[in-house]
Amino acid sequence: MAALFTKETQAIFWNNNAGAIQRMLDYDYVIGRKTPSIAAIVAPTGESKFQKFFWGPDEIMINLYKNTSQAKKDHPNADVLLNFGSFRTAYDVTMEALNLGGFKTIMVTAEGIPERLSRKMIAEAKAKNVTVIGPATVGGIVPGAFKIANLGGTIENIINSKLHRAGSCGLVTRSGGLFNELANIIALNADGIAEGVAIGGDRFVGSVFIDNLLRMQENPEVKYMLLLGEVGGAEEYKVIEAIKSGKLTKPIIAWCIGTIAKYYSSGVQFGHAGASANAERETAEAKNIAMAEAGIHVPSSFNDLPRLIAQVYGELKAKGVIKDIVEPELKTVPKIRRKKEFICTISDDRGDEATYAGFPISSVATPDTGKGIGDVISLLWFKKQYPKWATDFIETVIKTVADHGPAVSGAHNAKVTARAGKSVVESLVTGLLTIGPRFGGAIDGAAEHFKYAYDNNLTPAEFLNHMKKLGIPIPGIGHRIKSLRNPDLRVVGLKKFAAEYFPSTPLLDYALTVEQLTTSKKDNLILNVDGTIGILMVDMWRALGYSEDEINEFISSGTLNAFFIAGRTIGFIGHVLDEKRLAMPMYRHPFEDILYQVDMAEDIR
Amino acid sequence: MAQKAIREYDAKSILAKHWDQYFPDFTYAYETIMVKNGTELKEAAKTKAWLNEKALVAKPDMLFGKRGKNGLVLFRDSKPGDVSLVKAASWIDEKSSSKQSVYFSFHGDTPNGSAKTDMLTEFIVEPFTPHAQAEEYYISATCVGDEDVLYMSAEGGMEVEENWDKVLEVSFPITATEEEIAQKIRANIPADVAQKDKEGFANFAIGFFKAYRELNFAYLEINPFVMQGNKIELLDMVAKLDDTAAFMMTEQWGDIEFPTSFGMEEKSPEVLAIEEADAKSGASLKLTILKPEARIWTMVAGGGASVVYADTIADLAGIDDLANYGEYSGNPTTGETQFYAETIIDLMTRQKDPQGRGKVLIIGGAIANFTDVAKTFTGIIFALEKYAAKMRDIGVKIYVRRGGPNYEKGLKDIKEAADRLGIWIDVYGPETHLTDIVRMAVGK
Repeated sequence: MAALFTKETQAIFWNNNAGAIQRMLDYDYVIGRKTPSIAAIVAPTGESKFQKFFWGPDEIMINLYKNTSQAKKDHPNADVLLNFGSFRTAYDVTMEALNLGGFKTIMVTAEGIPERLSRKMIAEAKAKNVTVIGPATVGGIVPGAFKIANLGGTIENIINSKLHRAGSCGLVTRSGGLFNELANIIALNADGIAEGVAIGGDRFVGSVFIDNLLRMQENPEVKYMLLLGEVGGAEEYKVIEAIKSGKLTKPIIAWCIGTIAKYYSSGVQFGHAGASANAERETAEAKNIAMAEAGIHVPSSFNDLPRLIAQVYGELKAKGVIKDIVEPELKTVPKIRRKKEFICTISDDRGDEATYAGFPISSVATPDTGKGIGDVISLLWFKKQYPKWATDFIETVIKTVADHGPAVSGAHNAKVTARAGKSVVESLVTGLLTIGPRFGGAIDGAAEHFKYAYDNNLTPAEFLNHMKKLGIPIPGIGHRIKSLRNPDLRVVGLKKFAAEYFPSTPLLDYALTVEQLTTSKKDNLILNVDGTIGILMVDMWRALGYSEDEINEFISSGTLNAFFIAGRTIGFIGHVLDEKRLAMPMYRHPFEDILYQVDMAEDIR
Repeated sequence: MAQKAIREYDAKSILAKHWDQYFPDFTYAYETIMVKNGTELKEAAKTKAWLNEKALVAKPDMLFGKRGKNGLVLFRDSKPGDVSLVKAASWIDEKSSSKQSVYFSFHGDTPNGSAKTDMLTEFIVEPFTPHAQAEEYYISATCVGDEDVLYMSAEGGMEVEENWDKVLEVSFPITATEEEIAQKIRANIPADVAQKDKEGFANFAIGFFKAYRELNFAYLEINPFVMQGNKIELLDMVAKLDDTAAFMMTEQWGDIEFPTSFGMEEKSPEVLAIEEADAKSGASLKLTILKPEARIWTMVAGGGASVVYADTIADLAGIDDLANYGEYSGNPTTGETQFYAETIIDLMTRQKDPQGRGKVLIIGGAIANFTDVAKTFTGIIFALEKYAAKMRDIGVKIYVRRGGPNYEKGLKDIKEAADRLGIWIDVYGPETHLTDIVRMAVGK
């Protein structure tokens, strides 16, 4: 059995406890971890999708999730759950994680979880062979690899206590508050710890002393162990039994705190909930005596502990069991760090050459690269390298929507503005600002509604009925003059391309069954070019492996509209330049074309 | 502590409230009342007819057992089962008018150990239930190790401990299903339960154990209960609740009280004030006063460290020198720390050491994980400023040892403040062993 954690271990942190997370990341950076020890954060009430944290002098983003299952799905390698839920929620959070599976260790920090719930949670974890650290704990550490949350305190203290690199002691305590202290004592009197766990102060905790000591017995980095127990409970006797049966053979130093309890028969609660002694054998004194009799190194008092550690360490060192440690080089975290105001995840102009999602511009720009505008869009909009059929499709869409003549409202607005003497950019945005739910919005709408119908297994008739109830004409259906007999050749081209190159087109296939029904009612209720584009985009993303959530987000964030905007910009600029070339005068709409009906204002004074 | 004792009256009330859910085959009259004196009892009789109509039993309900052996169960006036309302009221008035001595342990009928003396303030009054000894049974449940254990015996009553060999124990893992539990209980009914009661006993035990589990009891004992056909009487009960479950049991438990045990000293106003502050805070503030006239006072951060300091003071100075025990932790605010420090310093500066020695204040703590040491020390400094004159007058020496976030500033600030105020102080950081300041303070 290896150590509890490695330098690759990653955790999901339940509850956005930013202070504790930052301390973990600072630790990661200092010890030279390649990846942050936190893969994802579950923040059930948070609205953001990520949070920024410092990584040394820089900042990184860590994804936020509303629930553990999505976090685990996206980060399957994160096999530790740091459950920072309160005593009200910690049980449910742990049980959910146990049911999801894939977690090796779950740490529970809450103190005062109802005992019956703690016991259920612990039993369930045991049955599933998951290690639970806590409840009521500050956590554990494998120095130089992975540190839980606040354990170890500040970076300065961590380095002073030699918690930044593996030493040779295996440390297990009940108290979280004394864990740091023990690490410090061990650093002052020996060479630090190889692995350490604070098992937690509640009466029922997941992994107990013996579980941790048995693992440390198998961990070759651990040369001797230190146990700090407490008055109450009988866990220390299991350790004694394991020594007697030969399961624990490494030297052990141990001390139970709470010797004072003997002076107070009842009523005074010393220490944790787990620390009430119900019988003579559960007193600190009885346990200290029993441990000493079993051959454990037991000091005469807590004040005598440093001397004993130095002695045991010195003997092992003299025997050559413990070797000298080569102190690793450490990175330092700057004292003052500035948070970044802006974040960019698509391009970078800091290097020799600016890049699009990691690709130097020159590697996608010229014809010999074989890359087109579809590739550039896939890099800058989606941060992915799409296959050729998809980038070709994107280009087809851009080309198809580039212009639709001067009469459509956007082009008309651009032309009127250009004739008012405004610049290219001013005229262009006038046209672009027309794009919305009624102009160009059918692409979004078609994708949204057809996808809804398909996802919910609506028959074409049910879909029509559904749209009727919503009181919306079906977006993407209908054309002014085109019909089945007189098809829109743009649509024909798109369908042909999709049939030939898309792996599959389930949503288009569905839309065509809808079209059969609508055209049976009226000849021109065909699937139009906007509808075809929106629907094929969904088919494209599905074929590319996006999740339904991601696709829904593309739709709701207006990504489909963006294709229309990008394409139609070409046409609008054409119309603006056309106006400039023609030097047309200021436009004024003729009176004859306006119906005037202006009544005298009603007097309501 | 998670397990808290409740009154017999409350235990019965909780079971009565959920009776039909757990004991659908049985009836329980739930004729029981809790009063402080005879007047209250007579007042209650105006609405509860049974108090007038039935012979009564009265006994104190203050978390201690062995009431029969202590002569504190009233069930006879001239003969068993003849206690009237008037008699019960006068008996309660008599027993509550002066301090009573109670022994908690007996060898046979002989008291064992010393008695505790205190006022009796709460009494439970119920109808006298005529029944045969054979109708008395014993049942209890608690958690032992990792398992729940159900204890059942056909020998109920005062002598159950003497007859413990007749008690049958059945244990269940937390994961046991209701079916498994029912099956195991049915298979383990004590042999000497009367044949006619066996089925009923099993049904009652199954309901009892289910109630114990689902209502988050930590300990539940009925000794004895009387089974007369489908009629149950709960003659005596002892119960503890797992108070950490309180947040999800508000409906089930009702407005429950966790009284201090009989004979325990009343909590001082200072301790009550700290408890109140603790309840309001996200941090932890705990204080127990052990010996207010003693010379060494502690103000220690962290539960584990506070135990270690107490241990060490007892070892090096002797238990008689330790005045208090307690801890603050969980990143308390400056204001909370100030209040905590003022409470302790106020207590320790009320009188000089009778032997003319100075007093010692140990401001100790391990290396904090995330508590801001400078911030908490700011609160302590405010308290020092307020009490500087008294501390100088009493002759207080302060020994500080602490580590953790911002500890250098905390130590520097408190040293400067004490020097400015003319208070003797020595400060140490994590390079000094946790408890070494105790050794320095007692000069060993």
